[in-house]
Amino acid sequence: MKRILAKCYIWLLLAVLYAPIVFIAVFSFTESKVLGNWTGFSTKLYSNLFTGTMQGTGSLMLAIKNTLVIALIAATVSTLLGTIAAIGIHNMRGKGKQAMTFLNNIPMLNPDIITGVSLFLLFVFLHISQGYLTVVLAHITFCTPYVVLNVLPKLTQMNPNIYEAALDLGATPFQALRKVLLPLLKPGMISGFIMAFTMSLDDFAVTFFTRGTIGLDTLSTYIYTDARKGGLTPELRPLITLMFVGILILLIVINIRQIRNSSNDEE
Amino acid sequence: MTKRSSWALPYAIFLVLFVALPLILIMVYAFQDGSGNFTFGNFTKFFKDADAIGTFALSLEVAIETTAVCILLGYPAAWILANRKLNKSAVTIVLFIMPMWINALMRTLATAELFHVLGVQLGKGTLLIGMVYDYLPFMIYPIYNILNKMDKSYAEAARDLGATPWQVFWKVQVPLSMPGIISGVMMVFMPTVSTFAISEFLTNNKIKLFGTIIQENINSSMWNYGAALSLVMLVIIGITSLLQDNKKEVSGGTV
Repeated sequence: MKRILAKCYIWLLLAVLYAPIVFIAVFSFTESKVLGNWTGFSTKLYSNLFTGTMQGTGSLMLAIKNTLVIALIAATVSTLLGTIAAIGIHNMRGKGKQAMTFLNNIPMLNPDIITGVSLFLLFVFLHISQGYLTVVLAHITFCTPYVVLNVLPKLTQMNPNIYEAALDLGATPFQALRKVLLPLLKPGMISGFIMAFTMSLDDFAVTFFTRGTIGLDTLSTYIYTDARKGGLTPELRPLITLMFVGILILLIVINIRQIRNSSNDEE
Repeated sequence: MTKRSSWALPYAIFLVLFVALPLILIMVYAFQDGSGNFTFGNFTKFFKDADAIGTFALSLEVAIETTAVCILLGYPAAWILANRKLNKSAVTIVLFIMPMWINALMRTLATAELFHVLGVQLGKGTLLIGMVYDYLPFMIYPIYNILNKMDKSYAEAARDLGATPWQVFWKVQVPLSMPGIISGVMMVFMPTVSTFAISEFLTNNKIKLFGTIIQENINSSMWNYGAALSLVMLVIIGITSLLQDNKKEVSGGTV
């Protein structure tokens, strides 16, 4: 009895939680301009999205491209910067280490709007005109802490003698780094990269404040502007559906990876 | 090994430039007037402006209510998910985590559209429901994490010593799951108190929240007033994060 009640609660909560997205997904398969008005099954919105026959598709595709390129650059730079920083922080002691950890935590604790406004003021103060570069710099700012946080535990778990052993056996510091240290840090770097990438994809507020007035749009800012103009463009329904399915697949892959990793650890 | 502490230097410079300096600039701008002279004017303006104060109070109220509803709905859910007898599948957990990975703006728009089609009048009610929709997973996940790791023998011991189920819950389980609840509160309260776009969509621009006022001021070049309002928000965030201090056991947001 208790079991049934518990199951009911969980599935009811999930049903309510997913109702909006399911609703959007269902109505992505009809042509109707007005949401909630079913005019028969059709995949026209999907083909419109891909062939570009919808209004303003050019700018939507550009926004998607911007989102991906910015996320890729931000995640790559964050992973490099964060990994090098993590090695440094790991070898620091005392006050310096505390200060670094404190500063590293700030972007994760700060709400997006504060990060956005503070960086906006920085770029105004330094007279840097805002656009692509400032958005990328802002994304690196809030992504890198997650990489540091993912790589640091790998360094703590590592046996420091392995690196010394490589040096004793005649490896140059660079060889020891590439052949010994990097392979050990790789899992942390990969999860850091994935987190940085998704954080950047997901961001709205920070991009909103740092993109300037040159008309640079990412997917989030595009959707924001579009919805403010009065209702969601019908073609965004299939887009939201596709992203949802994409993330579902990504999440399943990550979970399988994690389960496999943890079973490896146990061996 | 010691030499390699210098590897942190590039990031140290980066952090000072892009994290510390911007926050200092918020303070500098907040205490300046348009021509750069020192003033408290931005703050007196805020405290005299009945609209701004009202919005500020409303933002706090909505954030507190959202957080409370999330605890009430989320704790039982996390408890069921962490209970092996009641829930065996990992799928339900993934389903609860997944919304955390989807753009909040998109989820909010979907929610607002659903309200619209159902004929629900957009207002404070829909704002609350929509916010709970958006942030409930962020409450469930950290609580689930801590309940999942919790040593079950504490509860058993309490039961053996004659505690009623009610007592076991309040005296053993709740205190032990406090770090998870605190993480959840942070992850729900912080974004709800500082949101701007979400509230616009959920109320059709009828209700303004504090974040919206900050955004409007910054966008209309009222940087100093905007900075002062941001500083007010930073104080609220600072007070909230004191809650967590040493209890960093659970780090939420990751899968």
